[in-house]
Amino acid sequence: MAKRIDVSGLTAYYGAHKAIEDISMTVEPRSVTAFIGPSGCGKSTFLRTLNRMHEVTPGGRVEGKVLLDDEDLYGNGIDPVAVRRTIGMVFQRPNPFPTMSIFDNVAAGLRLNGSYKKSELSDIVERSLKGANLWNEVKDRLNKPGSGLSGGQQQRLCIARAIAVEPQVLLMDEPCSALDPISTLAIEDLIGELKERFTIVIVTHNMQQAARVSDRTAFFNLAAVGQPGRLIEIDDTERIFSNPSVQATEDYISGRFG
Amino acid sequence: MSTAPVSHRRASTLRGASLPKWSPWAIAVGSVAVAAGIGLGAGLDSKVQWGLIAAILFVLGTYAIAARVEGRRQAKDRVATSLVWVCFIVAVVPLASLIWETVKRGVKVFDVYFLTHSMGVVADTQPGGGIYHAIIGTLEQVAIATLIAVPIGVLTAIYLVEYGRGKLAKAVTFFVDVMTGIPSIVAGLFILSFWILILDMGYSGFAGSLALSILMMPVVVRSTEEMLKLVPNELREASLALGIPKWRTILKVVLPTSIGGITTGVMLAVARITGETAPVLLLVWGTSVINDNPFSDPQASLPLYIYQQYANSAGSGAAYDRAWAAALALIAFVMILNLAARGIARWKAPKTGR
Amino acid sequence: MDISTQNAEAPPPTPQPSAAVLKSASRGATRPGDRIFLGLSRGSGIFLLAIMAAIAAFLTYRAALAISKDHGNFLTTFEWNTSLEPATFGIAVLAFGTVVSALIAMVLAVPVAVGIALFITHYAPRRLGGTIAYVIDLLAAVPSIVYGLWGALVLVPHMDGLFGWLDHYFGWTGIFEWQGGAPRSMLTVGILLAIMILPIITNVSREVFRQVPQMHEEAALALGATRWEVIRMSVLPFGRSGVISASMLGLGRALGETMAVATVLSPTFDINASLLDPGGGTFAQNIASKFSEATPLGQDALIASGLVLFVITLLVNGAARVIINRRKEYSGANA
Repeated sequence: MAKRIDVSGLTAYYGAHKAIEDISMTVEPRSVTAFIGPSGCGKSTFLRTLNRMHEVTPGGRVEGKVLLDDEDLYGNGIDPVAVRRTIGMVFQRPNPFPTMSIFDNVAAGLRLNGSYKKSELSDIVERSLKGANLWNEVKDRLNKPGSGLSGGQQQRLCIARAIAVEPQVLLMDEPCSALDPISTLAIEDLIGELKERFTIVIVTHNMQQAARVSDRTAFFNLAAVGQPGRLIEIDDTERIFSNPSVQATEDYISGRFG
Repeated sequence: MSTAPVSHRRASTLRGASLPKWSPWAIAVGSVAVAAGIGLGAGLDSKVQWGLIAAILFVLGTYAIAARVEGRRQAKDRVATSLVWVCFIVAVVPLASLIWETVKRGVKVFDVYFLTHSMGVVADTQPGGGIYHAIIGTLEQVAIATLIAVPIGVLTAIYLVEYGRGKLAKAVTFFVDVMTGIPSIVAGLFILSFWILILDMGYSGFAGSLALSILMMPVVVRSTEEMLKLVPNELREASLALGIPKWRTILKVVLPTSIGGITTGVMLAVARITGETAPVLLLVWGTSVINDNPFSDPQASLPLYIYQQYANSAGSGAAYDRAWAAALALIAFVMILNLAARGIARWKAPKTGR
Repeated sequence: MDISTQNAEAPPPTPQPSAAVLKSASRGATRPGDRIFLGLSRGSGIFLLAIMAAIAAFLTYRAALAISKDHGNFLTTFEWNTSLEPATFGIAVLAFGTVVSALIAMVLAVPVAVGIALFITHYAPRRLGGTIAYVIDLLAAVPSIVYGLWGALVLVPHMDGLFGWLDHYFGWTGIFEWQGGAPRSMLTVGILLAIMILPIITNVSREVFRQVPQMHEEAALALGATRWEVIRMSVLPFGRSGVISASMLGLGRALGETMAVATVLSPTFDINASLLDPGGGTFAQNIASKFSEATPLGQDALIASGLVLFVITLLVNGAARVIINRRKEYSGANA
């Protein structure tokens, strides 16, 4: 069920401003790929082009190709709603629906996509919450509002919500940046488990995190403020952190800028 | 894990059959055509009915076609979109008609003569006459009301923002909000019972001003409050740190910084009370001759003039023409005030550094 | 509007000199000025409260004078005879008419207003949405007497077709029965009121919808929600209480509207089951149309009916404010 992503020649704009330029890469199925780079380099923008969330921003537009197992996400007749349904996303700040209970939050995506029997629904909710390592903490209060949980729990609730609809790919946009170290650790462990089933792409500004969780790492950079961000290199994480082929990557990783 | 029912259902593709971009327009044109056909066939003479039939056909047609081609969820989404558009059009029609009719019917007798003559020698059913006396009355009444309401309103706002805390401030805030919602006729009745029935004063422009000022005060308080809150605290602290006493800080630093916004608020409030009819009807009484003195004897006023031309003329066309022309004058005045106020707000906005 | 009232709960911190020395130092020539200024501004606030109290007191006083001379039951009598001896008058018809016309207005205006607000915030292209919002702001400023004139001379003649149609297909319900008189009835009044309160409900709802946090909408989008589903999952739940309070503000206006009703309605003093036949009346309309010919007792009786209107609008507006304030706490806690 996890799928390969093939990006070629992708450029994204905000209105007239070019945010990222000419990016090509391949993301292997059942692996974790981390995007690193200084702020403003377009790594989050690039992530949002992978499930067509970028075009939701006013003025957002994309050129180039994103193939999901040979199917171009930006091709003719592709339904962006179906794309987002197939490629799940977890955001920087945990965003459970404030008016819904924990159960309803996890079931929200399922309810959109068809009718389920009550028992079927509770099975999937339980499985998803277990998948997000949250079940034990919330099983007694599934009907309480999701906004009553701690930040780390809320983020895992959002992950449970995303995986409940069984996406092919899971995109994570700095999922730990609003969390404390213990919650961060919990999420990192979870990412390790989830990659057995999903293709995962994670944006992070924390290089240790990239080194800990990812199989491959992509380094993004921009020539100057106001210039579009570019992909500098992508390689096995181990290689990127020990012996990168581009000088800029080494400078960034060793803390010489950014 | 991979046996989840969803994955099978979704296994197909990302490709959803979708209607071409021009389809909403096609459906809209089709519904209008069919509605016109139905209208002609059934002999419905009201164009409003044609429009309603077209709107219903459009929504139903969109759902049926989208449900068949794109599926139920997409169809619901399209229905929601078309409903929202229909809402927009349904609302635009009467509001546009209001402006259009007022302008169209108002320009008939709207000229310099109309603006500079009173109704002193003209019977309500005869053509001729004008709104000069009503303009005088409205300007005086509104000016007096403004003179009463603005100082009280601004001072109350200063109290709420600069000093206010505790129960009194909370009570004032709450009742200012509630006061905004007092029907204008109730304000009129209050002045009637207090000023005319108990103090035994006569009907006059000033009595009307009192009622108008009651309607104006909460509006001034609210808008001034907003503006004072936009003044950054650093500014106050900087002034206080120089040893300048608080009241001088407020007068010399806070108020000048927010004066543009306060002016805007006052102008909007003036625009609002200029159009009030009910309290004027109860307290100013109305007259057909020029009365420059707002403190004694009935006066006229523009909104009251419109009402009386409409109500006391037994359907005479000349009176209706005058009513429309006066309505045009009133709308023009209110709109100019509004536009000017918003202009000031826009022009001043960046400097407040929100 | 919201942001600033939130600040009102926490007034700007004023420097508080901790040392006694400072305190006595600041107690110099500056004190009188401060004291006078504080006195003036606090006095203004108290004056506003006093006006509210005076409105209630004077209306109650005059109303008591009238009701003591009323030979009917003030609440239940179906008559308004203040010039006869003995005077008999009651507000039953007015209360009924006021509530019915305002309810019609709400039923028609609220869904449409929510639709337009969504149109502006979520459907229209940005530039167009801004323009429409601006125009609707301006329309909220059109004086009610102009709406009244338009209603009487433009809207009323256009109602014949609709009334005929309603009578033909729904006449059997009794509510939509039509004898064929001029369509100056409760339904026409309700439609006109709906048009009048549309701008204010739209404006407040629009503000609320605009404040829906981006992240809630993105949460729904990322699950593969269509635009309508995003609105249902994120926008409407967040905006619900805001829409309720906006509607109540609109309701307050509809209840108290005078001139538009007075110009359009052809009043009678009875309760008619049909919304299409002329008849009925509202508090405000009754005051405006009966006032010029009222005897002294008649004026007091009208003031008494005004008191009832005052209390009703007070309750409606108070409730709206309480809802708004509660929403602020709620959304503040989650922000």
